[in-house]
Amino acid sequence: MSNYYNSSRKLHFSQLALEPVVRNLEHDFENSGADSLRSMEEALTWYDMLLNNAGKIAGDFIAPRAEAVDERGCSFENGKVSWAPETKENMDMLAQSGYMGAMLERRFGGLSMPVSVNNIIVEMISQADASLMNLYGLQDIAVTLQKFGSEEQKQRILPKFAKGEVSGAMALTEPDAGSDLQAVSLKAVEKDGKWYLDGVKRFITNGSGDVLLVLARSEAGTTSGRGLSMFLCEKSPAIVVRRIENKLGIHGSPTCELQFNMAPAELVGKRKFGLIKYVMSLMNGARLAVSAQALGIAQAAFEEAVEYANEREQFGKRIVEIPAIYQMLKSMQAEIETSRALLYRTGLAVDMMEVYERKAEAGEKVKSELKSATALADFLTPLSKFTISELANRAAYDSLQIHGGVGYMKDFKVERLLRDARITNIYEGTTQLQVVAAIGFLVKGLFEKEMEEVRTMELPDLQKEQALTVSLLDKTLSAIASVHEMENLEFHDYAATYLVEMASILYRLKLYLPIAEQNPDKRGILKFFLMEADARITDLDTRISHLKKQYGNDISVLKDDFLK
Amino acid sequence: MKKIVVLAKQVPDTANVTGDAMKPDGTVNRAALPAIFNPEDLNALEMGLSIGRKLGFEVHVVTMGPPKAVEILKHALYMGADHVRLISDRRFAAADTLATSYVLSEAVKKLGEVQLVLAGRQAIDGDTAQVGPQVAEKIDFNQITYVTQLKEVAADHIVVERDGETRSETIRTGFPVLLTVTAAANTPRFPNAARMLRFFRAGLESDFSKEELETAEPAGWVIPVWTLDSMGLDPARCGLNGSPTKVHKIKSITLKGTDLQLFEGNKAGIQELVQNIVKDYVEVER
Repeated sequence: MSNYYNSSRKLHFSQLALEPVVRNLEHDFENSGADSLRSMEEALTWYDMLLNNAGKIAGDFIAPRAEAVDERGCSFENGKVSWAPETKENMDMLAQSGYMGAMLERRFGGLSMPVSVNNIIVEMISQADASLMNLYGLQDIAVTLQKFGSEEQKQRILPKFAKGEVSGAMALTEPDAGSDLQAVSLKAVEKDGKWYLDGVKRFITNGSGDVLLVLARSEAGTTSGRGLSMFLCEKSPAIVVRRIENKLGIHGSPTCELQFNMAPAELVGKRKFGLIKYVMSLMNGARLAVSAQALGIAQAAFEEAVEYANEREQFGKRIVEIPAIYQMLKSMQAEIETSRALLYRTGLAVDMMEVYERKAEAGEKVKSELKSATALADFLTPLSKFTISELANRAAYDSLQIHGGVGYMKDFKVERLLRDARITNIYEGTTQLQVVAAIGFLVKGLFEKEMEEVRTMELPDLQKEQALTVSLLDKTLSAIASVHEMENLEFHDYAATYLVEMASILYRLKLYLPIAEQNPDKRGILKFFLMEADARITDLDTRISHLKKQYGNDISVLKDDFLK
Repeated sequence: MKKIVVLAKQVPDTANVTGDAMKPDGTVNRAALPAIFNPEDLNALEMGLSIGRKLGFEVHVVTMGPPKAVEILKHALYMGADHVRLISDRRFAAADTLATSYVLSEAVKKLGEVQLVLAGRQAIDGDTAQVGPQVAEKIDFNQITYVTQLKEVAADHIVVERDGETRSETIRTGFPVLLTVTAAANTPRFPNAARMLRFFRAGLESDFSKEELETAEPAGWVIPVWTLDSMGLDPARCGLNGSPTKVHKIKSITLKGTDLQLFEGNKAGIQELVQNIVKDYVEVER
């Protein structure tokens, strides 16, 4: 019997200032029906039950099936895609337990759950079986439809999602449009007032699903993102699965190549807003989910490593006692703990953005609030994915290293974790693209504004730590300024990876300082992380100034050796 | 409406026993152990819910126990039970299987129109496996014990497999019938998120203020209680009064593993084995 809703998750969840989110979702607690929440206290009680229940489903039901899911994978016969039987059992159990419409409104049979709560569920499911997140997380399709679809589309489709009767897919990527979605070329043709889709999509997770959201070129002759619209396309003989991919990891989720042969479709929202509005929203949701997936994998890798290091004896002692081993464990622990603070804070930022979106929709004057909430969500989402997907890879790598030779064998869970982790810093935007998405907020000052409070926080027991954090912040801010003032785009892009990493470390320090102040048992982790942070930020800062001295405006010579 | 009744029990979590699990008088120290839904009763409820959904029968869960036992009834609501009921009275306390089965059988009769009664094979605190069979006798239902699988559900019959110790038996039965269900029979479902929202505020009438009751009643949050009087039971057959079982003494016996011993696979060898077991592990007090 294991419950993945552990004390660390509880603690980090308890840090979130959720009240404005819950008030908004629950209509200011004014409804009194049996299915309405009437106070913040009731909401927290119910969320706690939801999380505990999901933690048990993950630990007791999903985790024991993960090995079989990985081994069997999905199959493709006669044009039909099938999940592993255990994946089907998992999905049925999640549907029966009512989680498939987590973030849909209750009028559609959903739970009206905050993103912040669902985020933790995604993390726990991923700890049990990362590949299942790719199917559970496709709820984002329904959420996107809830945001942008017509009332008729919502009434028709969303209740089926909430019951788990249908699964979805988001069909964006094409053979020549991966990271660069502006290049999408699948055609949307309008005939007699109806839309039809024609072309090929590739790498579509669960492309065999019943409800597809498809990005397609509705404006013939255009080449930019502004010629793209979003379409709702239900499964039909006009959509053919050509093949499924044979992947390194996440074997439980089928990755399909789809051929659309004038498949009937419906426009979602407004024409030409497909990429610039709807896909951006969908993509941010997916990036958050991948961050949660990555943290789940990291947690699993860490737990496996701790357990093995305690069991395995070499040189007459448990290997956990060997400095070279606990060095890796300590680093994993500190990274996971501080990254959890970042992940949950990002979930809250997305929640707050949605609060203001709904308020704006309802005609409230919240333009400036919406703008700043959106900016924060748009900053923290790529910052989280950048940080946590890389962490998942490192944690899985080190965990396998701690296992030694047996870790390389299929008999141990860690080799699956390593394979599953590898996709997280690639899909939904590579790490390099997350840097591009985040760096603007460093240059434009949002990061600085967000970090200001670290100077004034009341931390009586951690004054030294606070002072060090402030000095690291000053170092980082001057590094950002020194890169910016060069006005050299290529150098700026080169240094961006370093700057975003510095920002990630500092943002996590800002979130973790008050946690450590309130919880003395977390101070050891804070102090270790801060020591590492000091070394790393100093290193990155030095690197930037050396680069500037040595190459400066000539940074582009570094590519010369590779040009053919 | 035709009914399925699931008999459930709240039990101390004997898988998490700590030092003070027993009181000096040899009875279980319930306060020291977390109380849980008896595991095999969850299997019974799962079977009840799946049959109930297929045949359109109402699923009722009843438990006899102290007010705290309302927790497992809420859990049953989260899983999907249509109606739950607490059978509680101080005079039911210290009931053995005879007294318990009397009270539960009367509850089944009082509910009426019951087609199927399901119970876990046994509770993890007493491990007697007697209550189910005794209820069946008292309500005059056929019984199938040790059910390991539900193989078929039809409007007028079900087919189950039972563990017959040396072999399994497949049995087709009409209604009414009582089954006792083992852990092998299914994987109990988890609580449903929406039902947790609907029922997390559920409780006994005494848990609500007068004002709260105005909302709680129509919302279905008030869990009904049947008492000795409301059920019109014979006090002499309830609780301690109705329990001929008397626990003389309970001792904590720790089994220690010793070296492997091999016995011949013939009659003499088996006799020697049995004698050894009796000598080492069976304590007879005279």
